[in-house]
This record gives sequence, structure tokens and C-alpha cells, in this order.
Amino acid sequence: MEFFVFVCAALMILLGAIGVIVRKHPVHAALSLVLTLFGIAVLFVAQEAHFLAAVQVIVYAGAIVVLFLFVIMLLGVDRVENLRTEPLTAQRPLAIIASLGLLGVLVAAIVNGNGILNERGSGINLPDLQNGSDANTVQLAESIFSQYVVAFEVTSVLLVIAVVGTVLLTRKAKLGAK
Amino acid sequence: MIALDPLLQDDLLWAPLLIVLLKVLVVFVVGLLATMLMVWFERKAIAGMQNRIGPNKAGPFGILQTLADGIKLFFKEDLFPSRADRFVFALAPFLSFVPAFLAFAIIPLGGDFRNGSSGEVTLFGQVTRIQLADPPIGVLFALAISSIAVYGIMLAGWSSGSKYPLLGSVRATAQMVSYEAALGLSLACVLLLSGTLSTSGIVSAQTTIVDWHIISTGIVPFFIFMIAATAELNRPPFDLVEAEQELVGGFNTEYSSIRFALFYLAEFMNTVTMSALIVTLFFGGPQPIAVGNFVLDIPLLPNALEGTVWLLAKILVFLYIYIWFRATLPRLRYDQLMDLGWKLLIPASLGWFMLLAAQRLARQNNWNIIVVTGASIAVLLICYLLMQAAFARSARERETQGTMF
Repeated sequence: MEFFVFVCAALMILLGAIGVIVRKHPVHAALSLVLTLFGIAVLFVAQEAHFLAAVQVIVYAGAIVVLFLFVIMLLGVDRVENLRTEPLTAQRPLAIIASLGLLGVLVAAIVNGNGILNERGSGINLPDLQNGSDANTVQLAESIFSQYVVAFEVTSVLLVIAVVGTVLLTRKAKLGAK
Repeated sequence: MIALDPLLQDDLLWAPLLIVLLKVLVVFVVGLLATMLMVWFERKAIAGMQNRIGPNKAGPFGILQTLADGIKLFFKEDLFPSRADRFVFALAPFLSFVPAFLAFAIIPLGGDFRNGSSGEVTLFGQVTRIQLADPPIGVLFALAISSIAVYGIMLAGWSSGSKYPLLGSVRATAQMVSYEAALGLSLACVLLLSGTLSTSGIVSAQTTIVDWHIISTGIVPFFIFMIAATAELNRPPFDLVEAEQELVGGFNTEYSSIRFALFYLAEFMNTVTMSALIVTLFFGGPQPIAVGNFVLDIPLLPNALEGTVWLLAKILVFLYIYIWFRATLPRLRYDQLMDLGWKLLIPASLGWFMLLAAQRLARQNNWNIIVVTGASIAVLLICYLLMQAAFARSARERETQGTMF
């Protein structure tokens, strides 16, 4: 059963990921991304990480890709781009190097964590009749708001910086044009 | 707090499987019937408010009017606009129809929750709940589903290849994404008090009227949730998505036949689901009205079935309120809509959440609750004044320098 779920979800993820790259139309690519994100949510559920699955759907599928689509629609960039022209020189070689590096890091992480990957949920309370349905949420909240509270707050500062930066950029552009 | 459905704890056997199938069937049929009756109810009630008769030909009191309309729509020609993106155009109605039904799965539809009972019933020798699914994430599932529902409307507008539907769907996206924040934040107030995400847990925490979350969270989150839910449903006064006077018909202009009917169904189904969700979160769901030790009990009915009657009665009140909104309130302007969402609802729900959290902390640590509440209100007041100052400044700058965008 679990294997079956994994195969289905993995197929969803892979098809979606390939779709993002292959589909020429930006809207279709964004929809493929939704497929991938859903597959990941399914995998989270299969691993009993229900809260993460919900957040995955709410935040990524529900907000981020919606914003992608919103921008695509609003700016009217939903036309096929010419792939021959390169807006930034040396972007492609750099992208190849970066993706190879990322692949290497991922493979190294998997090889390194091979032992840990097999024992699922040890030391973690899974939601069941004994632990109640909120076991996941409680444990996540405890670790985020006690052990990793600084990292958590720093991340929120990062988001605020992004917002302030956006406001500043739009104002600057307008003032400069005057 | 045990909140998972005990039915699904052991290995899957035939009896539980059949019960689950039965539940799915019942929820689906009830959903369709509820939608059908809701459409009729809305037309009839609005007709009454506007001194008209409303549907009165098909069946007694015109109750079969929706069925007649549905059959008519089935047999209409299914048109694809020539500039439409065919795949997405065909997909979009289902993207809004399916989530509308999915969200109904987590509503406790009955059961005995009195005095902290878990609301479990025995069906064919199996212990279960009168609710299709009780996932550990509970109400977050409803939020996730409502964020998926955005896609239906957005893609419908975009894939039509026409400008009015596109405008409608761009509006819809902005509106639904903005109000989802207020929706989630007011929901957080309820979750803070109930201490669980599961819907059945939330219901069993609301035994008497004083425990109902509308009172225990202090009414404000309820109003915010209600307004945000109305905006999330794209119902009047927030129906800018399909503002006929400006956008022909909004995001569904190019749709015809059964595809249009699916959008229509989804809209009304969402209204029913959202009413049920409001009742579950703030009005005790299937709990009877109880003050102190006095319980308003319906005689002769078993307590579990009584829950269903109470739930239906409470949902009907909210359905009527939604119809009432539609009949009386004029549509908001777009900037008013965004101002209401971002400048009022989100800060208010955040502030109220902080207040409740401070009180909870005070109760846990035995601090003086009056001092804590006073201090929180002072902080909130300062925040409010700062915000007002910022608004005034930006209004002044807009006047001197012109709009920035």
C-alpha cells in the first residue's frame, strides 16, 4: 500500500517537474508545478506528516503558485518566449554548474543520511489514538518556538526585508521617472 | 484529546470499507440535494424580500426549479470559445466543483458531543463518527481546499481567452488570496482556545453556550471570519468577480451548458459548506443549545441524530443570513474591498489573536489577568494609532505627489 502511494506520488512529482521544464506556455508550466507540489504533499501524508502536507498545500499550491499565475496573467507574459536569445550572458553555463553542484550536494546528503532514512518516526510521536490527532503540530510548534526560535524569527525578518525592498523599489522607479 | 476516527485505526476490513463508502455516498448525495435546495431557497427568499413570487411552476412551491434548470443546462450546446485554451478550459469547472465537495468531508454531521462525549456512534458493530473524514489536520484541510478552489475561478477566467473573464479572475485571485489571510487568522483564535485542529475536537469543546467559540473568543473573530468567508465565497457584497454591470458575467462569461452549471453548483455548495464550517467553529456544530446544566433536548430522538437536527437548524440560519446579505447590501468598490481586507480585517484579527494569546498565557502562569489584558489593550491601541498615522501620512503624500502606482 505504502509502496503504491509512493510510486503514484513520485510519478506525479516527476511528471510535474518535467512539465515545468518542457511545457512552453508559462501557465501550463505553473500548473505542472502545482502537480509536483501536490505530489510532495501526498508523500508527506504517507509519512504521517499531516501538518506539513496541509501547509504545503496552503502555502505553496494555494498562495505561491497562485501569485505566480497572478503575475503571469496581470503582466500578460503568457506568450511563448524565444529561447534562442539570452538575456544574461553566461547565464546558461553558470546554471549548468549550479545545478550540477546542487545534484552533487543532494546525492552526498542522501548517501550520508542513508542510515537515518530507514528508521521512520523514531523518537517522534505519530498522530494516533494514544497521542491524539495533534501530535505532529504540537511537536513542530515546540521545536520551532523553543529550540529553533532564533532561526524562525530571522526567517520572518527576511520576509519583512523582501516586502520593504519591494515597496522601496517601486517608489524609487516612480520618483526617478519624474 | 483523542480525535482520530477509531474506525480507521485497525487494519482495513470489509465492514469499515463499506461504512466509508456509504458515508461518501451519503455526503455526496446530501451535498447535491443541499445545493439544489439552497438555490431554490435563495431564489424564493430573495423573491420574497423583493415582493416577487419567485419560482413557482416546477413542483410544489417551485422546489424542483433547480432540477429543471439543471436538466435544461445538460442538454444545451457545449461551446468552446475559439481562443480558449481547451485543456485548461475543460479542467477549470472541475477544479472549482471538486473542492466544494471535498471541504464538506470534515464537517461533523451529527453525533452526541454532550458533556465532552467524543461524538462516536456504533454503526454495524463498528465505532465511528458521523463525519466523512476526521484527518489529524482538521480545519487546516478546509483552508487547504479553499486555497485550491482559487484555481478553478482563476483558470476559468484566463483560459477563456477573453478580456472580461480575465479581469474577473484577476480580481477573484487578489480577493481570495487577501481574505484567506484574515480567514486563517480569525480561525487561529478558535484553535488557540480549543487547543486542537480536529473538527470533532473543536465541537466537543463547546458544550454550553458560554463555551461556544463565538462567546469564548469574544465575538470579534466570528465577525472577521464571517466577512472573510463571504469574500472567499465571492458572494454579495463581495461579488466583484462576477459584477454583471462591469464584467458582463465575470469569470464564467464564456462558459455554457453543463460547465457553467458546475460553477453554479460549486458556488452554492461552497456557501453551504462555509455555513457548516462557521457553525462547527463558532456555534458548537451538532451540540444542542445548553445553558449551564439545562439542555434544550428534543424528545424521542436519540442524541446522535439530534445532533444532525441541531446542525441543520444552525446551518439554515447562516444560509438565510447569506441570502439576506445578497438582498440588502450593495457591492463594494474594488479599493474599498482591498482596504477592508488589508487595513481592517487582517490587523484586527492579528491584534485579537495577540490579546487571546496573552490571556491564555496569563491564565497558565497565574498572572493577574486584568493587568495583562490592560497591557495588551494598551499595546494594541499604540499599534492602532501608529497605523492610523501611517495611513494619514500616505494619504497626505498621495495628495502632494500623486499616486505611486
